[in-house]
Amino acid sequence: MQLPKLPVGEAVETLVDWIENYFGWLLDSVSEGLQFLIGGFQDLLILIPPPVLILLVSVLVWFVTRRDIKLATLTAFGLLLVWDLRLWDLAMLTLALVLVSTILALAISIPLGIAAAGSDTLNAALRPALDFMQTMPSFVYLIPAVIFFGLGSVPGTIATVVFAMPPALRLTNLGIRQVPVELIEVADAFGSTPQQKLLKVQLPVALPTIMAGVNQCIMLALSMTVIASMIGAGGLGYQVLVGIQRVNIGMGFEAGLAIVIIAIILDRITQNLVPQHENR
Amino acid sequence: MKLEGSVIFEELPIEDTTSLQPIISVRNLTKIFGQDPGKALELHTSGRSKQEIYEQTGSTLALNNVSFEVMPGETFVLMGLSGSGKSTLLRCINRLIDPTEGEIRIDDEDVVGMGQEELRATRRRRLGMIFQNFALLPHKTVLDNVAFGLEIQGIPADERHKKAEEVLQMVGLGGYGASMPGELSGGMKQRVGLARALTSDPDILLMDEAFSALDPLIRRDMQDELLDLQQRLGKTIIFVTHDLDEALKLGDRIALMKDGAIVQIGTPEEILTNPENAYVEKFVADVDLTRVLSASDVMRRPEPVAQCTAGPRVALHLMEEHDIPGIFVVTRQRLLRGRVTLDDAAEAVKKGKQIADILITEIPIVAPDASLGDIISLIVESPYPVAVADDTGRLRGVISRGAILAALARKGENVDAAA
Repeated sequence: MQLPKLPVGEAVETLVDWIENYFGWLLDSVSEGLQFLIGGFQDLLILIPPPVLILLVSVLVWFVTRRDIKLATLTAFGLLLVWDLRLWDLAMLTLALVLVSTILALAISIPLGIAAAGSDTLNAALRPALDFMQTMPSFVYLIPAVIFFGLGSVPGTIATVVFAMPPALRLTNLGIRQVPVELIEVADAFGSTPQQKLLKVQLPVALPTIMAGVNQCIMLALSMTVIASMIGAGGLGYQVLVGIQRVNIGMGFEAGLAIVIIAIILDRITQNLVPQHENR
Repeated sequence: MKLEGSVIFEELPIEDTTSLQPIISVRNLTKIFGQDPGKALELHTSGRSKQEIYEQTGSTLALNNVSFEVMPGETFVLMGLSGSGKSTLLRCINRLIDPTEGEIRIDDEDVVGMGQEELRATRRRRLGMIFQNFALLPHKTVLDNVAFGLEIQGIPADERHKKAEEVLQMVGLGGYGASMPGELSGGMKQRVGLARALTSDPDILLMDEAFSALDPLIRRDMQDELLDLQQRLGKTIIFVTHDLDEALKLGDRIALMKDGAIVQIGTPEEILTNPENAYVEKFVADVDLTRVLSASDVMRRPEPVAQCTAGPRVALHLMEEHDIPGIFVVTRQRLLRGRVTLDDAAEAVKKGKQIADILITEIPIVAPDASLGDIISLIVESPYPVAVADDTGRLRGVISRGAILAALARKGENVDAAA
């Protein structure tokens, strides 16, 4: 016996057509805005001579890790290697994609996380959406992105934003909810307004957890920009893709190595951004 | 002669004790935790027990019709086991928990009916709170923690840091302002907590098990320091504790709570010597009375005494008449001069000596407010009753070994009589 097939695919196509008809202008302006942002970041990063940027990043690492000279030196050598492998411009494009998508993802997820911490209803509504977003295989995000934005860096960024958002949202929510009751009572007992309570107690106390979310967000953004090369997002990921397609192991490995170097540097910087306080 | 108005004003008594109004009055306060407090409240009003209310509605009766008043400058202790509702009651006073029914007034302001704005103003101006686990903000320095109340009030940084520094100095932590809370020991953390509550200069301090998380030795230090601060600053303190010794030491009055209701309110002595029911008795059964009672509680009237102008014959006569082995000698103003013994007096009479010749001046003297624990060994070791004299040297009473035993036995008798 054969069940009659539900027209799910057809329905989705109709919906997409409808959206493109009525919201095409919106999609276009989003697309242009994003293109401008990514291009701007990339131009800025490329504009800085590599030695200067290498020095700047190394000093930043040295500073945020509280003078870990070993890590700063490794950072400098890693970036020098990327430069030496003639991958600098591609690396800067990848970095620009990661920065833009992380900023967007955080701009959405942190306020939403704060709101979810304050409202059980919103939290309950968001949870299935987040579960859905996190269980979905990452390249499935590429499909709607391509449908609405075509090929290139813009759909790559959109897919990356969606993919990188959940952990930052969850950890912001969790961090604020885990602020000890007594500290909330302190804020209230001394007569805080809700805004003072949020800014002076809840967010600062939750900051280490929120920063763990930011760290996750950046890491996921990096991994997703690599995958997004499948829909034409440029950068190191595309180099890896080309390496796979041409069975050019050397080329793929070099690009992969550059990605790992960038990943480690971004991870170390964000992990050390907030000093861990000893509670109690 | 022209009088300076301000001088007269300053000489007015600060406290007019005749018209003392309670600073906090709580009337018929009830708190029900649960989904449907309305239904539970109905059951409660119709006289059902906590257990019945829980079984029928799933709601917990946390405070059951609580009423009390606190006078300005008083240390009022809420005592009870965990789950007795003492912390809930404390939190109702600054509305960290909203009561289900009842009235709370601070002076003439109705706390329960306050809007958010008014409530914030009251919390900022009048109520300081100190927490069991210190609750210091881990991301702020000690100085910023202490200045937190002022920061919330929008006081500029310079001004609030200056004030915070002063208060830190007062609690003995001057110079620790730049430390982070994580670097301090428990006792120091609670000093910071105390300083934080004092910085905005509230007239009421709410202390929730403030010293319970500290080691016994440090806890005792903090208690002493609180008493000292209280003496100097004259704050009204509501102190929650489960520790009876702490309650007896700090409290001017104690409210003993059980199952959300106040079982007995009274001074430490009233609670100890006159427990209202079997629960209070059981609660106070293990108390070390020697730490609660003072010399003035157990001394008896110094009768008879010999005037130093009288002769040895009079002294001898008094001793024989009352069948005592010695007698205290005082001046006409009852200033203690010394003691004479029966044997010495008899010999003096035979040999025609004066009282001054046989007077023993080196005798143990205790102050009226000395705690029994401190003087008990002195009294037990002394072959004669010990004199109690105030700091002007006036004889107030005498304590014999028997008097101490009687005082310590008194509580036991009460318990036996009730049982």
